[in-house]
Amino acid sequence: MSAVPGQTVGPFFHLGLAFDGMNELVPPSHPKAVRLHGHVYDGAGNPVPDAVLEIWQADPQGHILRRPGSLRRDGWTFTGWGRAATDPDGHYQFATLEPGAPETGKAPFFAVTVFARGLLDRLFTRAYLPGDAEALAADTLLSAVDPARRSTLIATREAGGLVFDVHLQGEGETIFLTYPRLADAWA
Amino acid sequence: MESSQADINREIEAAAQQPGGPQPKIDYPPYRSSVLRHPKQPAHLIDPEAVELWAPVFGHRDVADDEADLTIQHAGTPIGERIVVTGRVLDGDGRPVANQLVEVWQANAAGRYRHQRDQHPAPHDPNFTGVGRMLTGPDGTYRFQTIKPGPYPWRNHVNAWRPAHIHFSIFGTDFTQRLVTQMYFPGDPLFPLDPIYQSITDPKARDLLIAQYDHDVTTPEWSTGYRWDIVLTGTHRTPLEADVSAVADLEDDNA
Repeated sequence: MSAVPGQTVGPFFHLGLAFDGMNELVPPSHPKAVRLHGHVYDGAGNPVPDAVLEIWQADPQGHILRRPGSLRRDGWTFTGWGRAATDPDGHYQFATLEPGAPETGKAPFFAVTVFARGLLDRLFTRAYLPGDAEALAADTLLSAVDPARRSTLIATREAGGLVFDVHLQGEGETIFLTYPRLADAWA
Repeated sequence: MESSQADINREIEAAAQQPGGPQPKIDYPPYRSSVLRHPKQPAHLIDPEAVELWAPVFGHRDVADDEADLTIQHAGTPIGERIVVTGRVLDGDGRPVANQLVEVWQANAAGRYRHQRDQHPAPHDPNFTGVGRMLTGPDGTYRFQTIKPGPYPWRNHVNAWRPAHIHFSIFGTDFTQRLVTQMYFPGDPLFPLDPIYQSITDPKARDLLIAQYDHDVTTPEWSTGYRWDIVLTGTHRTPLEADVSAVADLEDDNA
């Protein structure tokens, strides 16, 4: 079957996609909360004020949760999914928990989707947790990509948080991902 | 200098000479805002792992039933053609995507969005916000009632107008199926002039974004009906019956 093509999220996505607490997978006051944040930049290095990012992640134990509640957060249920729009400075932020490794020795990551006005189809990428050099070195994706661009997939640590910038184009362009069955669109 | 529609038409025609397949060309200069906002490096192909093999789960605690009716969100009745839009969300193998979130947003009948960035001097409708949410049923069916949106001008080039459309945000059963797109209405005269629609250079793929008028969805003395089925890409994990029942169990736990 032929998959329906994507189209840009457009300039008015806040209307349909924004909801209270969308970027707070846990309350910022949660004792284990981390701030995952960064900027989205265009090919001229300018911030993109009308982008939206979604993250999908395991819990700190590495479990993939299959729980409703992301749209009506109760402050107690961790669902592993969130959405954040960039502000006028192109900055986004999430309050979340650090994902655990899916298996021992594997490098944990946030699965990230990027949408923006001007971007005709969504982009996929990963934001890996920094720190476990051995797991990162052994990772299938990180060991397959151009070493010069590898760092675009790894968040950097700061006090109380993780920084992950997205460069849509040009210098420091983020590595974006595609998956085998995305080619189904050609069927 | 600002481009004219004739300039854009020439660029659309030139881009169509190098077919880009069934997905939009993300490098599509006739859509001016795309120029600096698309990656130039090819996407890296990987087998999905861990969370990428699963999609987030939504349930009845996330979405109220009346969010699927965009005509009852205010004290009065919105102005415009009342319509129902329905269809099924299917994965690339034809399996229904059940219990999954569908989000929609749109302009009002006059072509105005309830958004501060929309400066088109067409009237707001105090009885219309233009936002809906719903969950698909067991067979992947979604359905909502709304007002047919109007076309509206934008600043891509001089005298640029978007064909009437409804924005859709859709999840599948794995992360890789995530889709944000736009549904159009049949026979819109703005199709050949619109660089966003034309960024999909394969005409058969473009057609997949157009709903069909369906008289069986139309109801007497009330509303006209449109049908639009949404086929996602394939899943990388064979879905099991257990996936569906597991979700139901979780919902029960939360009840």
